[in-house]
Amino acid sequence: MPHDPAVKIIKKQSWGDYHLFRFETPALAAGAEPGQFLMVRVSDTPFPLLRRPISLHAKEKNSLEIFFQVAGQGTALLAQKKEGETLDILGPFGKRFIPDTNALPTPAVLVGGGRGIAPLYFLAMELNKLGARVKVLYGGKSRTDLPVREKFEKAGLDIVCSTDDGSFGHHGFVTGLLESEIRRQEPAILYVCGPDPMMKKTAEIAAARRIPARISLESMMGCGFGACWGCVKRIRRDEGGEWRKICEDGPVFWADKIIWEEKE
Amino acid sequence: MTPDLTADLGFLKLRNPVLTASGTFGYGLEFEPFMDLSKIGGIVVKGLYYGPREGNPPPRLVETTGGLINAIGLQGVGVEKFAAEVLPKLRQIDTAVFVNVCGASDDEYLKAIEFLNAQEGIAAYELNISCPNVKKNGLCPALGPDPTYALVKQAKAASRRPVIAKLSPNVTDIVEIAKAAEEAGADGLSLINTLLAMAVDIETRRPKLANIFGGLSGPAIKPIALRMTYQVASAVRVPVIGMGGIMTGADAIEYLIVGARAVQVGTANFIDPAAAARIAGEMKDFCEHKGIARIADLVGTLKTD
Ligand SMILES: Cc1cc2nc3c(=O)[nH]c(=O)nc-3n(C[C@H](O)[C@H](O)[C@H](O)COP(=O)(O)OP(=O)(O)OC[C@H]3O[C@@H](n4cnc5c(N)ncnc54)[C@H](O)[C@@H]3O)c2cc1C
Ligand SMILES: Cc1cc2nc3c(=O)[nH]c(=O)nc-3n(C[C@H](O)[C@H](O)[C@H](O)COP(=O)(O)O)c2cc1C
Ligand code: FES
Repeated sequence: MPHDPAVKIIKKQSWGDYHLFRFETPALAAGAEPGQFLMVRVSDTPFPLLRRPISLHAKEKNSLEIFFQVAGQGTALLAQKKEGETLDILGPFGKRFIPDTNALPTPAVLVGGGRGIAPLYFLAMELNKLGARVKVLYGGKSRTDLPVREKFEKAGLDIVCSTDDGSFGHHGFVTGLLESEIRRQEPAILYVCGPDPMMKKTAEIAAARRIPARISLESMMGCGFGACWGCVKRIRRDEGGEWRKICEDGPVFWADKIIWEEKE
Repeated sequence: MTPDLTADLGFLKLRNPVLTASGTFGYGLEFEPFMDLSKIGGIVVKGLYYGPREGNPPPRLVETTGGLINAIGLQGVGVEKFAAEVLPKLRQIDTAVFVNVCGASDDEYLKAIEFLNAQEGIAAYELNISCPNVKKNGLCPALGPDPTYALVKQAKAASRRPVIAKLSPNVTDIVEIAKAAEEAGADGLSLINTLLAMAVDIETRRPKLANIFGGLSGPAIKPIALRMTYQVASAVRVPVIGMGGIMTGADAIEYLIVGARAVQVGTANFIDPAAAARIAGEMKDFCEHKGIARIADLVGTLKTD
């Protein structure tokens, strides 16, 4: 769990609200696994105060990538950083996507919505390397909301897209794509990251078809490393549930362990 | 010449005046990967009830300008599990361990103290009479002199260790409460706990915390916390431990000048998990730079004439 106070941005790409940084950071890259995240300082001053959690998007030897969407003040400041500038980063934290089972489940279907696609690139590359068959389903609002589609294609990954407005690919939600994919060929496992309603719907589909699913949850984080108890979600335990820390026990959980909140 | 950084709490000498604030440092071990815990004066562990606690539903945190509002609700493992699983590891570390003791009733505080009395490796109890997140509307004993007096008195009688009372800022006159705690026999006072606060989402018109209210901490509260530390330190004889928004060595020095013998670093630990050790280092640099031989000589040196 290292701390690198001066991680240099060696490459930056931007598409509207979406940005990608590549870092050269052997300290943080060592042992980093798909599903884990970094805690990034977005300002040198106490405004904003807290670090922001951002998933690992890609890894190559000594370099890491993050891919993020501007969601408020903190991510807007982050987006202003330029190539050659440095960032203060802690991590990586959290549990990995790939389950600790003896045999690697295959075929795997990866379902990502919006910025939720971020961790799925690293995961797809890793699964590919490990020998799993991988299919990626990527949903966005419209054609311009799918900035990393080509990156998956260039890496030779099988990817299908959906847009809410029908301007590209399947017209509708990515969960619609998932339902037709399951009819075509039943996956051995789902890996999911996206907005809450999409993850919840995916969990329902997975439960109905009895397909194991790994879901990456989000929540407000005070620290990222288990010290504040601020990031909890309801996780099943025995007959009931308990508040478990996303940063330490997650962010990835088995779908059937997640108790979704009643209120949206 | 290296300055003498020791802080004297009367009942205990600390390596340096920097402690970590309860609830912002987990049970201590979470920070081992980032910091050598023997570099700081001591740690105050997360608030413990006698039994395990569920805590509040999320969202439990919201960031506001220069601060953080939390409504964790003291989720935790309880004293038994703490003693079995955490304390043995903390005993291996060369640092003073303070246990922040909570209770939903006076009896529950006493039950926790009685259990902890039988454990080794604890320097003192910090009685959390001031958590705003447990009862409705932030109610807690530290809101009145009478409940404060009654609880501190019983805790002192039950305890075989020094007892520090942690005061709430959510009162009209904190000095009155501080005096009640001192009269009841508290060996020290620590302040401030968080300020009762809220934030609203204007799109949904919902509170940003599920609990509606939470406690504000961080740099935003420092001026208020410093003022209260000054008022209390000027009015009592027992040692005062100041906290609220300390991010740097300079912030901590301000607290010493107004009369705190030691400080606690809270929210800063989340942003910089080595903050407490860094702050102790910055305080040392300040003393060296100013030619101050003993950091304790700064305590209560505010000039107001
Ligand atoms: C484990 C994890 C991994 C993440 N990975 C990525 C990623 O790879 N790419 C990406 O674009 N985003 C990611 N996020 C979300 C990202 O952390 C938030 O968008 C960001 O913290 C918002 O900060 P802000 O200051 O821009 O917005 P704020 O002004 O703080 O808030 C804007 C909105 O975002 C919500 N928000 C604030 N903090 C968080 C948070 N920590 N998690 C979720 N929502 C939050 C607020 O409730 C509000 O609705 C991740 C979140 C988590 C928990
Ligand atoms: C997330 C969080 C949890 C806290 N939990 C406790 C607690 O269990 N017991 C307690 O006495 N104070 C608790 N506090 C209050 C802090 O110990 C401290 O009094 C307060 O945060 C002010 O210091 P700061 O501004 O440096 O954070 C908590 C504060 C935060 C932010
Ligand atoms: S973010 Fe602090 S405990 Fe999870």
